[in-house]
Amino acid sequence: MDAWRVEVAPKPNLPDPAGHSAELALKTAGLALEGKLRCLRGYLIGSELSAAEVQRFASEVLADSVCDEFEIIPPGEVHRPPAGRICVIPRPGVTDSVAISLQRTLRDCELPAVPTGTYQVFEVPGNHSPEILREKAEQALANEVIQEVLVAETPLALPGPGGEADLRVLDVNLRDLDAAALLTISRQGGLALNGAEMLCIQEHYRQLGREPRQIELETIAQTWSEHCKHKTLTGKIRFEGKLIDNLLKNSIGRVTRELDREFCLSVFVDNAGVIAFDEEDAVCIKVETHNHPSAIEPFGGAGTGVGGVIRDVLGTGLAARPVASSDVFCFAPIDMPQEEVPRGCLHPMQVLRGVVAGVRDYGNPMGIPTVNGAVHFDPGFVGNPLVYVGNVGILPRDKIEKAARPGDVILSIGGRTGRDGIHGATFSSLELHSESEMVSSGAVQIGDPITERKAMDAVLRARDANLFSSITDCGAGGYSSAVGEMAEGLGAEVELAEVPLKYQGLSPWEIWISEAQERMVLAVPPENLAAILQICREEDVEASAIGKFNDSGKLILRHAGIVHGELDLEFLHEGLPRSERQAVYKPSDLQDPDLPAEDKPGEALLAVLSDFNVASKEWIIRQYDHEVQAGAAGKPLVGPAADGPADAAVIAPKLGSKRGLVLANGLNPRYSRIDPAAMAECALDEAMRNLVSAGGDPENTAILDNYCWGNCEDEERLGGLVRATLALCDLAQTYRTPFISGKDSLNNEFRDGDRLISIPGCILVSAMGVIPDVTRSMSSDLKQAGNLLYLVGISKRELGGSVYWKTKGELGRSVPRVEAEYGKAVLDGVARAIQAKAVEACHDLSEGGLGAALAEMCLAGRLGAEIDLAQVKAEGLERSEEILFSESQCRFLIEVQAAKVADLEANLHELDFACIGQVQQAPELHCKNAAETVFRLPMEKILHAFKHPLDLDGSMTGGQR
Amino acid sequence: MSRAKAMILRAPGINCERETAHAFELAGAETEFVHVGRLMQEPKLIENFAIIAVPGGFAYGDDISAGRVLANQMRNRLGPELLRFVERGGLALGICNGFQVLVRLGLLPRTKPGELEEQVSLSHNLSNHYECRWVNLRSRPNRCVFLDDDLQLRCPAAHAEGYLQSSDPAFERLLLDEGFVTFVYVDESGEPTTAYPANPNGSPAGIAGLTDVSGRVLGLMPHPDRAYLPHLMPDWRREGLEDETESMRLFRSMVQVAEVEG
Repeated sequence: MDAWRVEVAPKPNLPDPAGHSAELALKTAGLALEGKLRCLRGYLIGSELSAAEVQRFASEVLADSVCDEFEIIPPGEVHRPPAGRICVIPRPGVTDSVAISLQRTLRDCELPAVPTGTYQVFEVPGNHSPEILREKAEQALANEVIQEVLVAETPLALPGPGGEADLRVLDVNLRDLDAAALLTISRQGGLALNGAEMLCIQEHYRQLGREPRQIELETIAQTWSEHCKHKTLTGKIRFEGKLIDNLLKNSIGRVTRELDREFCLSVFVDNAGVIAFDEEDAVCIKVETHNHPSAIEPFGGAGTGVGGVIRDVLGTGLAARPVASSDVFCFAPIDMPQEEVPRGCLHPMQVLRGVVAGVRDYGNPMGIPTVNGAVHFDPGFVGNPLVYVGNVGILPRDKIEKAARPGDVILSIGGRTGRDGIHGATFSSLELHSESEMVSSGAVQIGDPITERKAMDAVLRARDANLFSSITDCGAGGYSSAVGEMAEGLGAEVELAEVPLKYQGLSPWEIWISEAQERMVLAVPPENLAAILQICREEDVEASAIGKFNDSGKLILRHAGIVHGELDLEFLHEGLPRSERQAVYKPSDLQDPDLPAEDKPGEALLAVLSDFNVASKEWIIRQYDHEVQAGAAGKPLVGPAADGPADAAVIAPKLGSKRGLVLANGLNPRYSRIDPAAMAECALDEAMRNLVSAGGDPENTAILDNYCWGNCEDEERLGGLVRATLALCDLAQTYRTPFISGKDSLNNEFRDGDRLISIPGCILVSAMGVIPDVTRSMSSDLKQAGNLLYLVGISKRELGGSVYWKTKGELGRSVPRVEAEYGKAVLDGVARAIQAKAVEACHDLSEGGLGAALAEMCLAGRLGAEIDLAQVKAEGLERSEEILFSESQCRFLIEVQAAKVADLEANLHELDFACIGQVQQAPELHCKNAAETVFRLPMEKILHAFKHPLDLDGSMTGGQR
Repeated sequence: MSRAKAMILRAPGINCERETAHAFELAGAETEFVHVGRLMQEPKLIENFAIIAVPGGFAYGDDISAGRVLANQMRNRLGPELLRFVERGGLALGICNGFQVLVRLGLLPRTKPGELEEQVSLSHNLSNHYECRWVNLRSRPNRCVFLDDDLQLRCPAAHAEGYLQSSDPAFERLLLDEGFVTFVYVDESGEPTTAYPANPNGSPAGIAGLTDVSGRVLGLMPHPDRAYLPHLMPDWRREGLEDETESMRLFRSMVQVAEVEG
């Protein structure tokens, strides 16, 4: 459809930060620019408007009268001169929330609400061929998956209303096929069902005496996907001579059952795990992954990941109010040479920038603080970056139980349904390959946080008015999963023609499995329907009754009255055949390298601080709103200059109450390259150390396990996973920390021709603890010169997988392990000491060991320290480097006033500890080993080493601007 | 003397309404959430209130530009009522996105009585990205009826569009000289600054907040609604917990003026 174009830019001589950013991005991509690049915001307005109306709308609304100028290009015409202009325009069907706001604003201005769209223009100075401009724009300014780059001027048009839908009821003929032909059907349809599952489906339909319809097969594929059913971990596994029947239930689930902690209110049954907060309220937490979509379109993938996990929390119990987010990422090193990046993968720098922007542009508009996170770098993540998104919510204790009832209306609230995200659940259950970017773009979406925010506001009002009996989110599998799950044990009829669509042309099966974002499904008693629709109108939220629950045991899908599918709910939920897999574990044959004969420990410490895994993440943290909701009692950055890394977040989620939550996490996939069991133990110990360092109570803490692994059809890979799980569970049992929720993302592998890149097996442990008073919480920045420094725990010869070895290009073998009873005693002792007010600052020792922890405490407090390595309680450590960089677990560094030493020691009585030094006013880290000085490092050098590497635009270190 | 009634405006994407309301409640006001959709249907509701607060957030996603869609709505549908509200002595506060809305709506800086006119703009931070960090503000000699001069305020800034752009340098001078500029970002020595990071967006002369000709409307980019409780301050573990923060005193002073005059 023809459209007016309005192009808006800052007036000449006024700042153009967007143009400046684009300039930097193009320069980084290797385009030499002479002069200033101009960035213009483009708007498409339906040609039905008159010239005068467009003029008025542009000057009143689109352009800022103080600082913008604009140009109008009539429908069907092109901009002259076109040379050097790059247009970036969203592909048809990609969510464009600005376009929706434009229509609303047209109405507000009493103009006809004609179709609208947006685009961007970059006017590039100098003479560049269109081919070069296109190449550089695709690298630096656009993502082809969602946007089109135009370098030759053609008249821009709005996408049409969509084609005619295919409304035929389609059978899939599979009753007479052999196993090979069945697999072909699964593969061609993107169903991700294996041979045994296809045979089971065939048998079911043979018994029914008919062929499955397409919509039925799609529903089964969604419901049985690895993503939804976790069939590897819940299947049978033979490992070390034993048969493990349902690993999840018999390890993770068993720990929680046996611990039987009173504070666990709802575990493993809902969207998120729920624990007690105070007498009125409970808190829930969920962590999800959104790895595959983020690999292909980092901005949209990460953003919709955040949106998805927020809906998980909103859909917990009878709806929880989200109060905090956490985000943990794993990327390949951002300085990886382009030639090492496999074909079909985005460069890790592009992935990081996109993911951070995606989290920012979804989380911030939602008004949920992003309080906690971590970023880990390893080349194994080049094909499969990991994007863990977490969310915490609060809900009344009397609103934890929910159940849809026969007769309840199925109400869909929030976003409209489009073709976006079709086959997301099954896509995430497959390995990526170099063509994935092209074939899977349907599985990628762009989020619209304001639509979700409005849905959230409406749902919480409806909850408080007791208007619905159950709720869940539309996530992977769309309505098919959401309605299918809610109907389990009941039955349901759905009328797909009632679903509001973004555009015409969707077939019924597409409506049913679309993963369009920002939708919640509610079960509403008919007598409450009018009231809930009224709330939705007031909150400007679209809501549609799309069916009814009943007690038929069947799921009946209609479109305009015609039956398109009829599924037996018992077969759908219970029919999945159990798999049996073999798992083996082979210990690594790695060796510890010799320590360098000549090393300068001071230089080595600077290198450790500059390693991406240790270096400051401030550039990322500051782009997230961590203060909204006014609960941040413990910030992600601490100390007088607010640039020291906090161990954990402390929030007071209820306005007017000081009762709080401590949120922490632990992960170190590098250890997995040596031994997955060590990786798992260390993840839990680190999460708990972080929590305790911030004043958390290890006796009132629950945990989550989030797995990301390679292809578990591979026996050794599965063996690593089983070994890691068993180690994790043993430790959790002793630590008395129940698992309350978890998730697994398998098949994180990338195939580039013959080359298969698998991620190192990785478990993220998230810990959430309740504390009575946030003003009793703790931070890691040194407070006062003259105070003493205590190191708690034993330092062992455990440099395997350490950052120190990484900076030397080595891995090593002697990876840290955790002695469970000892680790528990250390956590309890340090927590006791903090509650006894015997501690001024506390920091755990993790990546980079004692050296990194000490440097971080000093820089955070802008104070120096003098320490003596000879005082450290060590086993088998001789050289200063070993003491400084051993990554032994179960250790804390504590600052204490001289007057409180007795208090501190009394609380640590049965543990190993030593006073290793003193806080100094002089801004210098002075490290000795007995009488000998090992190094002296001035504060500026420490700050530079720590803050520079991940300061991607120089803003945090006062560089360019 | 009855408690002052404060309207906490809601709109799609406004997301700081709960903490803003809580701060006003602690300051002694009686608060009520009013959705902009309801207000457009019943503009007379405004008459029930002594205070209107436009909280922070991302109204309508900040689509087109920050606050634009909501400001356009309010100007077209509520303009006369809002002007009457200020003229009869009502007080208004816009924080962050709320400040952006009041500026685009023409309620700030409104240097002359009468019509709503967009006189300045809040445009992209020079860094071209959103940033969340604590800043130090100082109030200048100003026209605002509930704001003392030389007040030191420490609170978090969290925005992508806070660079104050005026039509010409003379107008910027007028804003400074005639007390329309209420708050400026200050450096460690307490002086106004344009230098990052003390000034997170590069705003000229360090301008962080404005009032209007009547002195009854205040808008500022940073968030006193995130600094009204002692344990929200960034370094309370080092500096100790205050009894009451400066931000809380700002809310209290606004409510007291509303009560005395109401």
